[in-house]
Amino acid sequence: MTAAVPEPKANMGQSVPRYDAVVKVTGRATYASDMPLADPAYAFLVTSAIAKGRVDRFDLDDARGVRGVIDIVTHENAPKLKESKLFSNGGYAGTTIEPLKSADIAHDGQIIAVVIAETYESAREAANRVKISYTATAPSATFDSPGTTTAAAKGQNAQFKEDPKVGDFAKAFDEAEVKLTASYDTPTQHHNPMELFSTSCAWMGDNLVIYEPSQYVYGLKNGVAEQLGIDADKVRVVNPYVGGGFGSRGSMTPRTAIIAGIAKRLNRPVKLVPTRDQGFTITTHRAETRHEIKLGARRDGKLIALRHEGAEVSSRPDAYCVGGTKTTTRLYACPNVDSLVSIVRADRNTPGFMRSPPEVPYLFALESALDELAVKLNMDPVELRRINDTTVEPIGGKPYTSRSLMACFDEAAKAFGWAQRSPAPKSMSDGDWLIGHGCAATCYPTQMGPSAARVRLQRDGRTRVEIAGHEIGTGAYTVIAQTAAERLGVPLEKVAVFIGDSDLPPAPVAGGSNSTASTCSAVMMVCDQIRQRLFKAAMPGDSLTDKAKETVGISPAPSTQAAKSGRPPDLDKAFDALGVSIVEEYGEWKPEGAPPDSFRAMHNGQVRLVGGHTMKDQIAYAFGAEFVEVRVNRFTHEIRCPRLVGAFSAGRIMNPRTARSQLMGGLIWGMSSALLEATEIDERTARYVNDNFADYLVPVNADVPGVEVILLSEQDDHINPAGVKGLGELANVGTNAAICNAIYHATGKRIRKLPVRLENIEV
Amino acid sequence: MRPFLYQKATDPGMAVQALGAAGNNPLTRATAQPLAGGTTLIDLMKLDVMRPAAIVDINPLAQGWSAIEPRDDSLRLGALAKMSDVAAHDGIQRNYPVIANSLKLAASAQLRNMATLGGNVMQRTRCSYFRDVSYENCNKRNPGSGCAAMDGVNRMHAVLGTSDHCIATYPGDFAQALIALDAMLEITGASGTRNMPFAELHKAPGNTPDIETTLRPGELISAFVIRGRWPRSVYLKARDRQSYEFALSSAAIALDVQDGTIRDARIALGGVATVPWRAREAEALLKGQKFDDGLAQRVADAAFAEARGRRHNGFKIALGRRVVARALQQAVTMEI
Repeated sequence: MTAAVPEPKANMGQSVPRYDAVVKVTGRATYASDMPLADPAYAFLVTSAIAKGRVDRFDLDDARGVRGVIDIVTHENAPKLKESKLFSNGGYAGTTIEPLKSADIAHDGQIIAVVIAETYESAREAANRVKISYTATAPSATFDSPGTTTAAAKGQNAQFKEDPKVGDFAKAFDEAEVKLTASYDTPTQHHNPMELFSTSCAWMGDNLVIYEPSQYVYGLKNGVAEQLGIDADKVRVVNPYVGGGFGSRGSMTPRTAIIAGIAKRLNRPVKLVPTRDQGFTITTHRAETRHEIKLGARRDGKLIALRHEGAEVSSRPDAYCVGGTKTTTRLYACPNVDSLVSIVRADRNTPGFMRSPPEVPYLFALESALDELAVKLNMDPVELRRINDTTVEPIGGKPYTSRSLMACFDEAAKAFGWAQRSPAPKSMSDGDWLIGHGCAATCYPTQMGPSAARVRLQRDGRTRVEIAGHEIGTGAYTVIAQTAAERLGVPLEKVAVFIGDSDLPPAPVAGGSNSTASTCSAVMMVCDQIRQRLFKAAMPGDSLTDKAKETVGISPAPSTQAAKSGRPPDLDKAFDALGVSIVEEYGEWKPEGAPPDSFRAMHNGQVRLVGGHTMKDQIAYAFGAEFVEVRVNRFTHEIRCPRLVGAFSAGRIMNPRTARSQLMGGLIWGMSSALLEATEIDERTARYVNDNFADYLVPVNADVPGVEVILLSEQDDHINPAGVKGLGELANVGTNAAICNAIYHATGKRIRKLPVRLENIEV
Repeated sequence: MRPFLYQKATDPGMAVQALGAAGNNPLTRATAQPLAGGTTLIDLMKLDVMRPAAIVDINPLAQGWSAIEPRDDSLRLGALAKMSDVAAHDGIQRNYPVIANSLKLAASAQLRNMATLGGNVMQRTRCSYFRDVSYENCNKRNPGSGCAAMDGVNRMHAVLGTSDHCIATYPGDFAQALIALDAMLEITGASGTRNMPFAELHKAPGNTPDIETTLRPGELISAFVIRGRWPRSVYLKARDRQSYEFALSSAAIALDVQDGTIRDARIALGGVATVPWRAREAEALLKGQKFDDGLAQRVADAAFAEARGRRHNGFKIALGRRVVARALQQAVTMEI
C-alpha cells in the first residue's frame, strides 16, 4: 500500500491536505438537503410500478386523508412546464421523457405524482396510500427482448459523428496470420452517489434559488429557467458540496422544474429528498452494452486489422450512446481499422454519463481481446502492447501530445512483481485459492472547456477565488486554492475559494475529467491579470513581460520568505501605487480550438469541451496500466481481489494526495465494475429489481485490502496552461479487463460477460 | 412508514400482554410487533412492507434476557444478547465455533452491535419482490397474489423447501447453527414459558407463505439452549463479497469424531432454503463411518437430492454440494 500523502515528483504540486477536510470530517459541510429553508413543505415522489402504458386512475382519498397533506400533484394538475431539450441537441436535459405531462408511462419508476405535505413523514405516508390503476402494455426490457429496434448511432445521435475507420480491414483480417473474434457484454450500472437526488426550491418574488447536488450549476440554472419560461438570471443554483456525482448529476433531470413549479404555486419553499430506489429511475444510468472485437495480427504480434462493433441500449425517444470506438480504434498502432456503433431502443429511462462513460465498457472489450490475442500468440500481454504502442493515432494520423503508456506498464509491472508470474493458466495457487495475475491498459481523453473566474487580492495577501466549479469529492477547492496561491505567491491558508454557485463566474460541467484543467487554467489566467495590474502600477515605465514574476515579488511558487511574512514584500509598494487596498480581476479563458461561440455557450450553460481526439492537429489522452491479483476459491468459486496496482501519467499532478485518492477510488470501482456491480432487470416487466444498497453490491473495505497507486512524472506543454490531463476517470477503466484476464490466468477459463459471479467460474 | 404507537416494555408480562392484545393474525401481520435491535423491522416499516399499529420496545428486558451462560454440558443464550457479544465470547468460540462463526460472518459490525439473537432468527426474507410493495405479486405479502420471483430475477432464491407459492430464501446464518445443534427455544407467553425445539420454529412456505413461524402473537423467544459441546464444528459461507453480504450457500457442520469414526454428525444449510434447513438424510450417511472425500461427496449429493433450481439460482445446487463437502473436510481436519 502506498503512502496516503505521496511525495511529489517532478512536475507535481504539493500534497497539501484537502481544503474542505475539516468541515467534511466534522459534519459541518452543508449539502443541498442540509440548507435551512423557511417553513418548507416536503415533497415525496410516487413512481410508476410499470414500465409501459398509462395511468388510468388515481384514488387519492386515502392519501388526502393523511394529516398534513397539502396537495397531490399528478398529470391532471401539474404545473405547466415548457419542453426540455436533450443536452446533445442544444438543451440541458438528460432525457426527453417528461413526467406529469400526460398519463403515459415510458419507463419503470417514472414520476407519476408528487405528494406535498407539512412534514416528510406525512408526505411519505400519503405517498404509500396513493392507489393507482394502470393499463400496462408489454415492455421491451433490453437486448433480445421482443419489440426493440436497432439502428446505427451515426445519423441519430448528433454527438456521434463518425464510425472511425481506416485502411482495408476486411482484406487485412482475411490475410492475418493470427485472428481473434470474440464478443463481450457489460451490464446496466447505477452511480449510487452517497448523497441522494434531493432538490429544494425557494422563491423570493420572481427569483428562484435551487439547492441541488449538481455537476453543472450553469446547465441546471439555464435548463430550469427554460422549462419555467423565465429569465435565467432569475435562477440561482447553490451546492457548495456535492456528495458524489459520477455523471449522475451532469444533466438536468425532470424533477427540478417540477419541484420549482410546485414551490411557485404554493408560494412556499419545497424540499424533496427522494429515496435510494427512486434514484435508480429518476436519473440516468450506464446502459448495458455488447461488443464484437475482431483482431488480426502477424506472428510477431503486430496488429494489422482491428474491428470493434458496439451496441448500447437506450430509451425509446432518446438516442443516447457513449460510442467508445472513438478511443478503442485509436489506442494502438494498426493500419486497418473498422468500427460500428448501434443503438437498441427499449422501454427504459434514458441512460447517461457514468464515470468514464465510453471507456469502461469499450476498453473492457478491447483490453480483454488483446489478452486473448496474447494467449494465442504465446506472448506476454505487456509485450504485445509494447509492440503495438504508438505515438500517432491510426485513424487521423495525429500525434499524441504525450503518451507514457509503456512507462506506466513498466512501473506498475515492477511494483506488482509481474516478472515473478508463472504465465501458464492454473499454475499458481495458495491453499484453497487459485491465483491469477492480469493486466490491462487504461486511457482517458484530456478535455478542457471554457471557464471564467474572478480573483480578488488584498493588500495583506488574503485572496478570494470565485468560480462556479463543483466539489464532487474530487478536491476542486484544494487544487483551485493551490493554483491561486502559487500564481500569486501568497500562502495557501490565505486563499478562500467559492464554488458551487451559479451566481459565480461560469465553469464547465464537472464531467469528462475537465474540471481541474479548465478551472485552474482560468484561475491562472486571472491571477496573471492581477499580477500585471500590480506590475503596471509599481513599474509604470516598464513593459509587461515575465519580469512581473520577480519585480512584483509574486513568484510562481510560494517562497519561504513569502510564506513566513504572510505576503510578498513588494505588494505594499504596488498597492500604494494603485491607491487601493483590493485588486479584483475577472476573466474568461478558453482552450485552443474552442468553437467561436464558446463564451456565449459558457454563460448559457452549454458544454463546449475540446480535447481527446477532437483537437485539430493532435490527440490528447492520459494513460495508465493496471495489474491485479485475483484469487478464486477452488471449492466455493468465490472471487476476491487482494491486490490492485495502477501506474498513471496525466501531465501535471496538481496535488498527489488528492490525485492518489481519485485514482485509488477508480481502481476500487474498476474492480467493483468487474465483480459486483450490475442492475438486475426483470425482463418481463422491464423493471429494476435490486434497486437498493443491500442488493446492488459495491465493495466493502474487506474486498480491497491492497490498492497501490503510482504517479508518474509527465510534462505536456500542448494541452492547457495548467498542463493538466484530467485523471478523475482514468483509473476505473481497464480494471474490468485486467480482472477477467487474471481470472483466465487463475482458472484457464475466459469470461467475457460482466459482472463475473461465482457461478460463472469453472475450475 | 405509517404512524404507530410506541410502547416500552417494563417487564416480560407487560410485553407479551401488549403484543398479545393485537389479536390472532399470523405473526407477520400482527398489529403489534416487538422491537429489539430493529435492524429488520424498521427497514420493513420504512419500505411499507410491515405496517404495525403498535411497537413494543423489548430492549428494557435485556437485563434478564441477554445473558450468555456457558455451563458444563449446555449453553444458554438470552434472546436479547447482541450478535457481536456472542460472536466474541471466548467460551463460545472454543466450544461452539459454528455459533461464533455464523454470527461473525453475518451482516456488518454495526448491525451485529445492534441486532439481537432473537430478532436475528426472526429476520424476514430478503426477496427483492417481497421487499418492494410496488410488486403486487407476493404471496407472502398479499396472500393469493402470486409470486413475482418464481419467473423473475431469482438468483438469490431458494432451491430447497420451496413451493409453488414461494421461493424466498431464509436469509440468516445463526439459525443454521441452532438447527444443527438441536437447540431448544424458551418461549415466554401470557401463560408463562414453554420450551420448543428450534427446528419447529420456522415453517416452510407451502400454501401459506405468509405464515413464517409457529410463534403466536404475544409470544417472545426469551432464550436459546444448546445441549452438549460442539468444539468440532464449522460454519462455511460462500458469498459475493468478503463481508456484509448474505450467503449464496452456507453450511453449518458439527461432528463428533472418535478414533477416526464419526459418531454424530449435524449438517444445516443456509442461503439455499426457505427455512433453516437440516440435512438429516445426508447426516445419516456419515454416522459410524470413517471420513474420506468420496463419502463427503455422497453426503453433499444427498443434502441436495431434493433441490429444485429455477432460471437464475440453479447454480446453488452444485455450489451447495461443494460447500457441504468442503465444510465437512474442514470440520474433520480442524484442530480441537
